[in-house]
Amino acid sequence: MRVNIEWLRDWVDIDLKPEELAEKLTVAGLEVDAVETAAPPFDGLVVAEIAAVDPHPNADKLVLCRVDDGESQHSVVCGAPNAAAGLRAPFAPVGAVMPGGSKIRRAKLRGVDSEGMLCSAQDLGIAESSDGLLELPEDAPVGLSVRDYLKLDDAVLDIDLTPNRGDCFSVLGIAREIAATQDLELRAGHGNAVPPDHDEIFEVNLEAGEGCPRFVGRVIRGIRTDAESPSWMVERLRRVGLRAIHPVVDVTNFVMLELGQPLHSYDLGKLDEKITVRFAKAGETLSLLDNRDVDLENDVMVIADESGAIGLAGIMGGSSTGVTDETEDVFLEAAFFSPDLMAGRARKFGLHTDASMRFERGVDPEQQSRAIERASELLLDIVGGSAGPLNESELPEHLAEMPAIELRHERLQSVLGLAVGAKAVEASLKSLGMSVSANTESWSVTPPAFRFDLRIEEDLIEEVARMVGYDNIPVIPDLRAGYLGTAKESYFSEDRLADLLAARGYSEIISYSFVDEELEAAINPDSEIARLSNPISSELGVMRRSLWPGLLKTASQNLSRQQSRMRLFEMGVQFSIRSGKIKETRVVAGLSVGSLLPEHWDGDTPDADMFDIKCDIEAIFAATGRTAELNFAVAEHPALLPGKTARVQIGEKAIGWLGSVHPALQKKLDLKTQVVLFALRLDETLNAQIPTYHRYSKYPSVRRDLAILVAEEISAKQIIDCIKEQSGAILQNIIIFDIYRGKGIDSRLKSVALGLILQDTSRTLTEADVDQTVGSVTEHLGRVLGATIRT
Amino acid sequence: MSQTAQLLEQARSAVEGAVALDELDAVRVKYLGRKGLLTIQLKELGKLPADDRPAAGQAVNEAKQVLTEVIRQRQAALEEQKIQETLSAESLDVSLAGRGIPYGSLHPVTRTVRRMQQIFSHAGFEVHTGPEIEDEFHNFTALNIPENHPARAMHDTFYLESGLLLRTHTSPVQIRAMQQHGVPIRLIAPGRAFRCDSDMTHTPMFNQIEVLAVDRGISFANLKSFLYEFLSKFFERDVELRFRPSYFPFTEPSAEVDVLSESGKWLEILGCGMVHPNVLEGVGVDPEEFTGYALGFGVERLAMLRYGIDDLRLFFENDLRFLDQFS
Repeated sequence: MRVNIEWLRDWVDIDLKPEELAEKLTVAGLEVDAVETAAPPFDGLVVAEIAAVDPHPNADKLVLCRVDDGESQHSVVCGAPNAAAGLRAPFAPVGAVMPGGSKIRRAKLRGVDSEGMLCSAQDLGIAESSDGLLELPEDAPVGLSVRDYLKLDDAVLDIDLTPNRGDCFSVLGIAREIAATQDLELRAGHGNAVPPDHDEIFEVNLEAGEGCPRFVGRVIRGIRTDAESPSWMVERLRRVGLRAIHPVVDVTNFVMLELGQPLHSYDLGKLDEKITVRFAKAGETLSLLDNRDVDLENDVMVIADESGAIGLAGIMGGSSTGVTDETEDVFLEAAFFSPDLMAGRARKFGLHTDASMRFERGVDPEQQSRAIERASELLLDIVGGSAGPLNESELPEHLAEMPAIELRHERLQSVLGLAVGAKAVEASLKSLGMSVSANTESWSVTPPAFRFDLRIEEDLIEEVARMVGYDNIPVIPDLRAGYLGTAKESYFSEDRLADLLAARGYSEIISYSFVDEELEAAINPDSEIARLSNPISSELGVMRRSLWPGLLKTASQNLSRQQSRMRLFEMGVQFSIRSGKIKETRVVAGLSVGSLLPEHWDGDTPDADMFDIKCDIEAIFAATGRTAELNFAVAEHPALLPGKTARVQIGEKAIGWLGSVHPALQKKLDLKTQVVLFALRLDETLNAQIPTYHRYSKYPSVRRDLAILVAEEISAKQIIDCIKEQSGAILQNIIIFDIYRGKGIDSRLKSVALGLILQDTSRTLTEADVDQTVGSVTEHLGRVLGATIRT
Repeated sequence: MSQTAQLLEQARSAVEGAVALDELDAVRVKYLGRKGLLTIQLKELGKLPADDRPAAGQAVNEAKQVLTEVIRQRQAALEEQKIQETLSAESLDVSLAGRGIPYGSLHPVTRTVRRMQQIFSHAGFEVHTGPEIEDEFHNFTALNIPENHPARAMHDTFYLESGLLLRTHTSPVQIRAMQQHGVPIRLIAPGRAFRCDSDMTHTPMFNQIEVLAVDRGISFANLKSFLYEFLSKFFERDVELRFRPSYFPFTEPSAEVDVLSESGKWLEILGCGMVHPNVLEGVGVDPEEFTGYALGFGVERLAMLRYGIDDLRLFFENDLRFLDQFS
């Protein structure tokens, strides 16, 4: 539902800025989706009159207008077909600023000076297209700002109404809501009774019972066929999203938007004898205004005349009786069709009209006469004609009073958890138009006829809550439910880490925290050690400084029991002594012995090496979202084989080790096969990064392979860092897919084969883009690392 | 020079000459093995005159000891040399990528649902599930949405040829759970829901988590408290919420809830309300005795806010470049 503030001001004095009003409506339950301006910004345009029109000396399609803007006269070249002496239209004098920001200058058009521009609605940015100047009424004051005259400094609210609030499907409905929630007065609005000029009525019979208990009609004869809707009405319709079509249709639409009462207009001359509102007969057909033929069934109401059905009641009129450009005599209809008997009917025909939407949700059953009067007044003003008397048909037995609802004070407070005084409750309900009579500890409340959504006590409780403001309801915990847990997303739990390692083939072990001092000393020879004074045995005499003694002992024992392949891990505490104090650090450590894969029928089972285990460490840090920070640096550790030892780092921070067991230690433990060990500090390992989505390119990526020769000691990381430094954002990924040493290559060099994956975020890369990037990357590799392309 | 001394000298030079461990071992066998030259000397002591035997025996034993020690030292040196040779030959570039199967990923919806369940787990909310193919009764009628009610048009429903439908929300689980277990009840119901709608901001399938709490004396104030607590825990910050009156047929009063984003904008996050008396009556619960609240979280919505995802459709395109951002 779109509504503009200028229209609302007919009913209620609004001081708030549009955005503030939108906010207030939103928190009162009328959600404002958008606030739009009625017209784009422009400045300096005034209402002007064309004093005279002369032919252009050099062009047939242009004319020379003498334009009076109230202060002086200007000579203006104009190409509009409707430029005529006496016409009032918007005028942009030299210096005026048009929508879009362009400034009007003195110009020569086909050799003739033009001092400004006469404007169409399109020029003002208030119409999609125009076929001539915007014609303003004869009484539009010359010299007045166009913005002021057309009230263009206006805002339009786009309100997303919930289906229960049919009463808000009108300017009046929204104004009523504003008045109630902002404590403002609701004015009576426009609309005077039109005294009849004659006593002709058109007969109406109500035969649909509760489906249509009220129908108000009026005959208006002798309307002008050449009239057009006034610019103010066209503007209001436009702002709320309707196009002007025909003065009679525009008026019925206007009144529907204003009061929420759908109206229908018939060409009186095409109606046969009398109108009957009844349920359709099975097999009956009808041709609708949109020229579709529909088959009817007896659950849908129709408007019929003696010739048969001429309209789907409350949904859409028929094509045979509609108003046309030739129509001189009109019959107006304003009826109440009950929501229960309208529900779902339009949808059965694939229709969803402004009328059906309102009837399904419920229109005010008491304002049909008011709507006809308002439409009559507007029509007579615009198209003239003479009105007959109002013809009100009613079935009183089906126009029952709203039943009163009991609202208990205690129930209200317990459902909301809010203490609210009796006076506040009464004031809230009354401001919404309800009649309230107080009983002991409760009230009997009768909602206004237009509130179809208020039927039970809870409905009234919501209304009170709405008026008090949901934000003023306190926050009280339900103590029986217990407190909610936490889900710290930057913490990757030990459970998940253990599951991950188990899923990657590691068996968890639990080994003693006290270990053999000799073995411990072989692993960490230089640091202090915490000794037990009463060890259970001399081989379990000291607290472990790493988890590796336990893992290595376990591996050695299992190897001696004919287990040739194993992957083990343990999580736990290691103990170190720093300046006399014992420090406990939680770590995860693991070990791999033997083949990567278990023995199987298909192919070889090579031994797992350091790079296989590295992949597991990479998997852990992929799971915690820290792949980008993880790196491995060359380092030495007494327990590990130099050259096959890496310090695991997050950025520059050391967090663990990976490497092959030192042969001396291997020998000491009598391990015949190669053993790979790792250890990671848990505090750093479990510290996860919360993902942040980054848009990825929808354009194709390109892969370019190259092989470079570099010195043996240059690491893969150096090569990759060097490439990234130079390539910029178009490099998506680098893969090292081969390393070659030997025949054909200097023994101090190695050949590294690289795949560069390139992609742009805004376009498909050309061959030239790729060449340029690869060229600059190779040049940079040469300069920084002394690399050459291997040809 | 005695024969023993000669043998020892020969052996010494053989040890010095051994450049590999197997050569060294051959030397050891030659002199110290069971039939080794020095061993034989010992065996042949008996052939000497009795008076010479002790001195000769001592000499041979001393020679054996000396040679054993010489071999041991040589062996250690050779082993060390071998290690060093191995090291320089097999030094690795540890910065090269690991070999093997990289870590996969969990869908951001799963990630979000898991976190939500984790938050609920200690507060006595049991996880309930229900069928994804539902009937009109549980999806609409029991939730106070009669036939032809305009709210049914709000739910663009997928129907099967049999007349059954794909549930348009997880709310039918409320009904089934109350029918089966009665009240008091506190439950969460995660699951898929379906609506015949597909555009920039709608996918025909989406995930919801329904929350229901029905007990004596539950109030709207409790619902507010629950949401502040839950959303603060979910977003791991103190959230600011805005409650707006709204309309759902199965709750009264009803509210939409907005959360204030870190950039200062109100973002719609869920709908909720006090369970409508008709819903409670329909499952045989006296609304005078019991009240409760119900709410439905859109899982994708929460995931979008949590992870900065700007397009709902990404969730179901399953592009690896999207999925891999949530490993």
